Amino acid sequence: MADELLRMQNITKIYSNGFIANKDVNLVIHKNEIHGLVGENGAGKTTLMKMLFGMELPNEGQIFINGKEEKIANPLDAISKGVGMVHQHFMLLPSLSVAENVTLGVEPIKNGLYDFERAVAETQAIADKYNFKIDARAKVRDLSVGQMQKVEILKALIKGAKLLIMDEPTAVLTPQETEELFEQLFVLRDDGVSIIFISHKLEEVMHICSRVTVLRHGVCMGSHDTKDLTQASLSKLMVGRDVVLKIEKEDPVTGAAVVSIKDLVKINTIGKNVIDGVSFDIHAGEVVGIAGVEGNGQTELAEVLSGLGMFASGDVLLNGETIKGKTVREIRDMGMAYIAEDRMVEGVAGNMSIKMNIVADRFTKKEFSKGIFMDAKKINDLVDQYIKDFEIACDSPDEPVRMLSGGNIQKVVVAREFTSGANFLLACQPTRGIDVGTAEMIRKTIVRKAREENLACLLISADLNEVLECSDRLLVMRKGKITAAFPKANEVSEETLGEYMLGVRDMTAEEMEALL
Amino acid sequence: MTIDWIAFAAEVIRMATPLVFAAMAALICRQAGMFNMGIEGMILCSALAAATFAHLFQNVWIGLLGAILIGLLTGLLIAFVSITGKADLYLTCIAFNLASTGGTVFLMFMMTGEKSTTSGAFRSFQIPTIDIPLIKDIPVLGRIISGQSLLTYVAILSIFLMWLLLKRTRLGLRIRAVGENPHAAESVGISVPKVGYISFSICGIMSGLAGAFLSMSWVTYFMRNMANGRGYIGLSAQNMANGEPIGSSIAALFFGFCQALSITMKNQTNFPTEFLEMIPYAATIIALGVTGMLAIRKRRKVESGQAAAKEE
Repeated sequence: MADELLRMQNITKIYSNGFIANKDVNLVIHKNEIHGLVGENGAGKTTLMKMLFGMELPNEGQIFINGKEEKIANPLDAISKGVGMVHQHFMLLPSLSVAENVTLGVEPIKNGLYDFERAVAETQAIADKYNFKIDARAKVRDLSVGQMQKVEILKALIKGAKLLIMDEPTAVLTPQETEELFEQLFVLRDDGVSIIFISHKLEEVMHICSRVTVLRHGVCMGSHDTKDLTQASLSKLMVGRDVVLKIEKEDPVTGAAVVSIKDLVKINTIGKNVIDGVSFDIHAGEVVGIAGVEGNGQTELAEVLSGLGMFASGDVLLNGETIKGKTVREIRDMGMAYIAEDRMVEGVAGNMSIKMNIVADRFTKKEFSKGIFMDAKKINDLVDQYIKDFEIACDSPDEPVRMLSGGNIQKVVVAREFTSGANFLLACQPTRGIDVGTAEMIRKTIVRKAREENLACLLISADLNEVLECSDRLLVMRKGKITAAFPKANEVSEETLGEYMLGVRDMTAEEMEALL
Repeated sequence: MTIDWIAFAAEVIRMATPLVFAAMAALICRQAGMFNMGIEGMILCSALAAATFAHLFQNVWIGLLGAILIGLLTGLLIAFVSITGKADLYLTCIAFNLASTGGTVFLMFMMTGEKSTTSGAFRSFQIPTIDIPLIKDIPVLGRIISGQSLLTYVAILSIFLMWLLLKRTRLGLRIRAVGENPHAAESVGISVPKVGYISFSICGIMSGLAGAFLSMSWVTYFMRNMANGRGYIGLSAQNMANGEPIGSSIAALFFGFCQALSITMKNQTNFPTEFLEMIPYAATIIALGVTGMLAIRKRRKVESGQAAAKEE
């Protein structure tokens, strides 16, 4: 067995809000090794790496580098101990050249001036050594995403990194770039740099890593040699479902299409197709679930449907009318209700009262106004009713929403959105980060409203339990496309779903045709 | 009603001088990621300092040094409150500008008993003008370029120095890094507050030069509110050129042109004075609006997929 480079022992991290991100996690990295770190979103991979890179401090546990116990207080400390990190969101300065980015902090100086030529030479020397095809004089903003990543790696290498953390490096790369990156990682490994490779893509982990550590809900599921694993067994370790939640529901009686999405394409600011030709319908009375690893276009889809984001081509019809060019208010008036992904940003106005947040979408309507003023009595009665109906635990309706717990804040959101009279509900991560009781209430209400009030609902969630149990039809989104469709969500096993989400399998257009 | 175009061109350069200093002051802070509105007040304080120090020591150069010193100190004051004290930069700057408008008049009254100008009580000092050999003999150009205040040539030099600082020194690289992405800069061990203080210091020196020009070259005394929006115009100039020294100077020259136009037409035509006085400020709004709209249109095109994104 090779020498041990890093040992993280019994690491526990509890955030100040009580969320346990890591519990007794052990991770051992050897010299000359590419080590996979896998787990679902929120499994605690990034937190673990942040502690290794000094961005967070562990509550308990020890970190040994080369057998010596180290306290890593900040990223600078980590760099000086030979740890480098390639962040998922690049820490680059786009308007500067590659050489300037790479040498920032360790700039060569000649005659009191910055020695650009030497910076270029030093950068180019390392780049050429590891076969990075990169021009040290080019501006970073003119580079492809793949090349930007090379710049990040160079930044770590020039400072003498012996352990490179790569946080989902292939998420932003094309298959060709990925292949090229792997070749270079092998060269790095053989040259004495160990790599921690964080990824969702199991075939990649199986391909390049010699060992892999699995995290699930902050708990370490052990380290394994990749040669003893298959993609299916690894996916099972990652996605294993612990609490089984059952919602009793009969088959939907679907009506006409409330929402029709046709060949929708959205291009982000760097020109990538984040939604790439998506088409499907949502009928009255059914809940359509969208599962997928985060960052595959789900958030953007919600932004487009809610009117918060623009789209490049295609069309979205809501109750027979296009939403193109409509404001959020106009789309809401056409029949949309929206539970936003981040309740503090888009769901509520934190400093305003519960009352004002509940009537935020309707206080302009005639029934709530008295002349030019709001009808205080009518609003108070309504809000009191909702606080009772939705069991919002609060001191008074005038309390600022930010004083409430996460679950109660979400109740304020759903109290507004469930009662808006819309016939299309767009629910994004409706139960993220809230207590089990509230989550159950929200899920049951979604299903009940679909059955009893013929609501059409689109449920976008990273919580597999939730999409499997609440949805009628289930779609899988990956790389901006719908890659799988199932007629009955509760008959899909989480292993199967995991394989489609992670791209182990794909459905053909014909297989999905009838289901969109 | 004939306009002397050669005198007008010389006036453009003269009026652009404090605006170039103001633009340099604004752009160094902008490159470090801070929008320093306090330049207006810093210039005003420096202008009073120039007149006062020159009078006290009966020496024009000590006046100049005094202006630079006060510019530096006021810059550090704003830096301290906003960087170390973590107060909102905009509110700090607004408070500082209001305080300096009143404070300079108060100090002037304490020292001279006057509330509008120091011209009666303080001896006038003027930074010497320079006749450039050879160039001064060229027919038209000589009258425009030669014979300007020493500070005008310092302003031209400062454009080059600022460019050199930003593009060719380690400090400049770090300032730009902090301004563009402080997290990225911090992650490689650069102290973001330190870079902020240095930027504010340079900004203070530039503001000091602008102030000295106003009270020792443009006129030879201090008068209340004599900065008269020049700090803000400097901010607009650097904004139009995205903080590039040369582009910002060209924008400053354009605003100098508008000011000179307003003054020349006031003296030599019968246009209503109030309308003419509006020109420099109206030009600022129009220029900012146009550059802003161009930027938005470009972004829209990328997002809607009509134009290929630059990063691809």
